[in-house]
Amino acid sequence: MKPSKLFNLSLAGLLACAAGGAALAAPADGVEILHKEQSLYRNIYVFEKGDVRCMRFTKYFRTGDSQSCMYKADPNRLFYDYAKVVMSTLYLNPDPQRILITGLGGGTLPAALARLLPQAEIDVVEIDPAVSRVAKAYFPFETSERVRVHDVDGRVFVKRAARSGKKYDLVILDAFNGDYIPEHMLTREYLEEVKSVIADGGVLAANTFSDSQLYHSESVTYAEVFGDFINVKVGNRLIIWQHGGLPSDERIAEGAKGFEEAFEPLGFGADWVLPRLSREQDWQTDAPLLTDQYSPSNLLNAR
Amino acid sequence: MLSKILIYAIACWTGFLIMAVELLSGKILAPYFGSSIYVWGAIITVFMLALSLGYLLGGRYSMHNPTIRRLAGILCVASLLVLPIIFFGEPVMDWLFDTIRDPRYGSLAASAFLFFLPTTVAGMVSPYSVRLLTHRHEVSGQNAGTLYFASTLGSAAGTIMASFHLVLWFQLDHIFWGLIAISLALGLPVLLKGDPHEAK
Repeated sequence: MKPSKLFNLSLAGLLACAAGGAALAAPADGVEILHKEQSLYRNIYVFEKGDVRCMRFTKYFRTGDSQSCMYKADPNRLFYDYAKVVMSTLYLNPDPQRILITGLGGGTLPAALARLLPQAEIDVVEIDPAVSRVAKAYFPFETSERVRVHDVDGRVFVKRAARSGKKYDLVILDAFNGDYIPEHMLTREYLEEVKSVIADGGVLAANTFSDSQLYHSESVTYAEVFGDFINVKVGNRLIIWQHGGLPSDERIAEGAKGFEEAFEPLGFGADWVLPRLSREQDWQTDAPLLTDQYSPSNLLNAR
Repeated sequence: MLSKILIYAIACWTGFLIMAVELLSGKILAPYFGSSIYVWGAIITVFMLALSLGYLLGGRYSMHNPTIRRLAGILCVASLLVLPIIFFGEPVMDWLFDTIRDPRYGSLAASAFLFFLPTTVAGMVSPYSVRLLTHRHEVSGQNAGTLYFASTLGSAAGTIMASFHLVLWFQLDHIFWGLIAISLALGLPVLLKGDPHEAK
């Protein structure tokens, strides 16, 4: 091959790469970036497409795996199915007064809970202060005397709460994002700390997403600490548990009746939730237990 | 020749040991202090301080009768100083968690308590090895270069093995036990028998 031809070829290759790179970096059609910033922990993007506004930690603009999305015209309506399932845990314990949420995102859940339960005290733990700032600026999330954001690591907050004997009536674990799991927040020891801050009759709702080999280890670890739990798969996976024993399906259906009206503006009802609550143990029970000594969650999740 | 290979092997393995422990220290601290950037900052600061002191001490120690037995002894001591991580890690971090509320200084103190000593002693290996290898000053630079090559290659291997594979295969304590066992397997025979040439 003549040198000039080689040169032309490599030039063409370079141009193709550049074009490809530009196409990847540019937002898809109709997507408008409202905000982007680099925080201590990650990139944060806020973007809009049509009526939907989302917060995302990577720059590929899909609504599918964003941290948080909302309908601009109807901010009360829940965009994600997992958020609907979390709200439906009120069927089990209708009036939680002390609520702990690890992981803020756009603040959809604390905002919805604060509207619905005006007396409740809500502690939100979000390690990244930039996320809380963006949530307040672009999403209908507000802090107040009752809704507080603590910018510390979730494990550190829960361990301190456990040691000071603090109790919560509803604990929502929502600190994972699709790409990375904080491994110290998926171990037997952490879940034991979480369990110890749940009051009698209190409820746990853990939002995870694993569909890989990690699914089995995650299940084994939750089962080790909590025993039987309710398993919900709506794209994300949710684990629901109640201190003092899981209620029967009939009890849950009974509890749902009190919320049909309240949940209507959120965009779902009991007929959507109830069929999705499963008690089936569909995991390999011999999968390795995750502990502080053994927690390669991200490696297991990559398999 | 054999003693030269042994020196490089000890330096290479010490590099492995240091970086494997450093990578695992992040997992040791996370349950108490999280895994934020400042926890890694605390860990790396302590390791760098310990290594800088170790280099100083290793150089000093090499001034008096340097022998390969003593080099092997340094490795053995460094590896035994990993034991407190296994046995006292939890109580130390429990205490620090309750004493220091700011996780930045909590993780800095915990790193200092648990990792400073083994890393300092491990840091002595490189300068001490350079002294053992160097008999003429014309080749001192080359010897030092080859030694850093071996020890840093070991560090790279320790980093990738610990983070890609070991944490997937074993419990943290078992990895520490393995690191100690290999260090002693390499160091003890040399410490007891001395220079293979001198033995002849």
